[in-house]
Amino acid sequence: MKLDYTAFVRSAPGKFIAGKTGLPQPTDLPRFADRPQPVLGPVLVLGTSQAAEELAAQLLEWDCDVRRHADDLDKIGTIVVVLDEISAPGDTGPIIRDMPGAFKKMKLGGRVVTVSRTANSDDPHVNAARAGVEGFVRTLAKEARYGTTANGILVDDGVSLRDPSVIGALRFFVSAKSAFVTGQTLRVSAEGGGLPAVWEAHLQGRTVLVTGAARGIGAAIARTLVRDGAKVIILDVPGAGSALSDLANEIGAIPLQMDITAENAGERIVDELTKRDLTLDAFVHNAGITRDKYFANMDEDRWNSVIDVNIAAQLRINDALLASDRLGDDFRLVSLASTSGVAGNAGQANYAYSKSAVMGMVAALAPILAERGGTANAVAPGFIETEMTKKIPPMQREIFRRSNSLKQGGLPLDVAETISFLCSLPAGGYVGQTLRVCGQNLVGR
Amino acid sequence: MNYPRNVAVLGGNRIPFARAGKAYKNVSNQDMLTAALDGLVARFSLQGELLGDVAAGAVLKHAKDFNLTRESVIGSALDSRTPAIDMQRACATGLDAINFVANKIALGQIEVGIGGGVDSTSDAPIEVSGALRKILHRANAARSTKERLQILASLRPADLKPSAPSAAEVRTGLNMGQHQALSTERWGITREEQDQIAFESHKNLMAAYERGFFDDLMTGYQGLSRDENLRVSTMEKLGSLKPVFGGPEGTMTAGNSTPLSDGASTVLIASEEWAQEHGHQPLAYIRDIHTRSVDFTAGADLLSAPAYAAPEMLARNGLTLDDMDFVEIHEAFAATVVMILKAWEDEEFGRDELGLDGAFGSVPRDRLNVLGSSLAAGHPFAATGGRIVASLAKMLYEAGPGKFGLISICAAGGQGTVALLESAR
Repeated sequence: MKLDYTAFVRSAPGKFIAGKTGLPQPTDLPRFADRPQPVLGPVLVLGTSQAAEELAAQLLEWDCDVRRHADDLDKIGTIVVVLDEISAPGDTGPIIRDMPGAFKKMKLGGRVVTVSRTANSDDPHVNAARAGVEGFVRTLAKEARYGTTANGILVDDGVSLRDPSVIGALRFFVSAKSAFVTGQTLRVSAEGGGLPAVWEAHLQGRTVLVTGAARGIGAAIARTLVRDGAKVIILDVPGAGSALSDLANEIGAIPLQMDITAENAGERIVDELTKRDLTLDAFVHNAGITRDKYFANMDEDRWNSVIDVNIAAQLRINDALLASDRLGDDFRLVSLASTSGVAGNAGQANYAYSKSAVMGMVAALAPILAERGGTANAVAPGFIETEMTKKIPPMQREIFRRSNSLKQGGLPLDVAETISFLCSLPAGGYVGQTLRVCGQNLVGR
Repeated sequence: MNYPRNVAVLGGNRIPFARAGKAYKNVSNQDMLTAALDGLVARFSLQGELLGDVAAGAVLKHAKDFNLTRESVIGSALDSRTPAIDMQRACATGLDAINFVANKIALGQIEVGIGGGVDSTSDAPIEVSGALRKILHRANAARSTKERLQILASLRPADLKPSAPSAAEVRTGLNMGQHQALSTERWGITREEQDQIAFESHKNLMAAYERGFFDDLMTGYQGLSRDENLRVSTMEKLGSLKPVFGGPEGTMTAGNSTPLSDGASTVLIASEEWAQEHGHQPLAYIRDIHTRSVDFTAGADLLSAPAYAAPEMLARNGLTLDDMDFVEIHEAFAATVVMILKAWEDEEFGRDELGLDGAFGSVPRDRLNVLGSSLAAGHPFAATGGRIVASLAKMLYEAGPGKFGLISICAAGGQGTVALLESAR
């Protein structure tokens, strides 16, 4: 018999047994198609600062039912807590006084977002107050029920809370697009980017290239980028050619068959862009492979092939792109890391090395790109339901699925939504970060 | 020839060619042709486009596939209202399909079209015997079950023997290899000459793959990303193979004869106006395509028709063999290529057969099949024309302005189709 825990606990007998025994009961997470409106209302905006007022006004602009007090509400969709002006740990109590009651009333797929300043102050009092927010938001994510998520936006001193990158992050975190992102913080460390002309098509006019796009997460990324208005170039190895051309025909993307590990892959991408007279606004390094083996049994070939595809090829391609005149002014580079790279994973020494390396790559690349208004960031998926993870033995797979706050695996779409967000114009203020799409996996931060 | 309008080759797409009974053994002609079309559609953003015409065909074709090309178009991402025609001229099918579309564009009847072809030797049709066919037709027309059973009862075991497809020429009973073996002996073609052609074919095709030449001419299919027949070979290895045609003393082996194969190819052809409007750079212009036949029933070499067709075509275009920068001679057998080259170099052949003052000319080996040809790539009969036209067009584009390429394809029935392409920049 096929073991499908999720289907079981959602059935009537399953629900009963799970309730009696305390088994995890994952909630069916609402995604964008289920809830296309930007914000789940009503929204409770807490905070006493000027920024709190401004963010409330912003939410009103998005046609949202905005409240500053929770008193008369039976149900709450979203809570935004603005803590930008706290200068001592004791300042938080009065602001969040009404929040526990409100937190109890969260709707299915509710959203909690904190907006605060990055803990990089020289003043111990201020820094303590700011640093506390992170533990707070990660705990809310763990306590939240029914698909509610909690995330934090950390804004560096000197960056306005009205900056497009703050607004963009807020819009992403309150939407259904971030269904599988929880317990995370996103740091806005620079002013930059801009607001899209049309939020509903935030990639309109932007050209994005996705590698490894023929199937799985790559195909989901391509579909989502097209949905959000981008012109998309999909790249994959010649062996995946017909899957690639089928996808290209389905979504109207441009297919590009090539092996990214070829020495001249970067130059050939640049040539192709030149030939088609295209400038890239974003590049998504999605292509990746696994060659799992316990390290004691790891041969050189397994190690090298993973390193070559997952990181060395990306570095070579980046160099060629940077040397070309084919990058747009608000260029966004997004690379796929993995929670395996954050925490390590038995049997994946090579993969974990390559994915940690990706995080290092974007951290160093970001300042280089910043000179021309660009950014580089990474996305680290946790357990995602794909053809690749289907190959994991059933028991182990169940354990991976349950070891996060949402008690389930994510979908390729969840990774795609985050990437689409990081490719957008407002994402200009995130510098060299790795955003996890993992349902708050128990490992790592 | 002076066409009324320029006919531009914009690009092509094929699936890698597979060896018979291997990678594509479970797919049909329609599957392969649809995949080849879809890859072309994807590369040129033709999704939902209504094209002027699509011409293609197959040599080995099931009776139910009478409308193979149209069915493939409906199954592709093109606008399903795009018309399509099935054509057939043995191994020249693909090139003649391209000629059909090119002529329509030249005359202004259409602006853009696709020519191509497909063949599966893995899924070759098998016919029932004449006696069984007659019985089945009668049973089908029967008015009652009783009558039907009576008719079927008249079946004899021998009637059930299927007739496998045969490559034999109807008029001589000899298959193509046997015919070529006669020619090979008549022209005094050595084993080494043939093996050299085969060796170069693999070497050149391999090199073309390695420099990524086919990345925008091919779409991987069924897990295959390069031609299955392609291998690293040596003269020694080729020299060690036993002859398969021409008896024990023969010189034609499995190494210097084309293998049976499966595959499909397509070529996008358009007027210059259409290309410009859609932002595509023409690679080459089709200047002429010409077919003629030889009377092999009266003893002429079965596969020698291109030796006549090419001189005729070049003469009417005011060109000679020396003007050709690339010469693509389809390698049905390595011996066929050598035979054609020898015929062109032969004074007597030039005078007696071509009516020239002397020999037609000589092809420097560095201009011959420089991307490899059928021996290495394989030869799914109707798919070969599209493979060569697209590759040669790209090669001419790379070579720059004023370059000419000649294509020669021999076909069953003593036929030969040749084409003249000129670089488009």
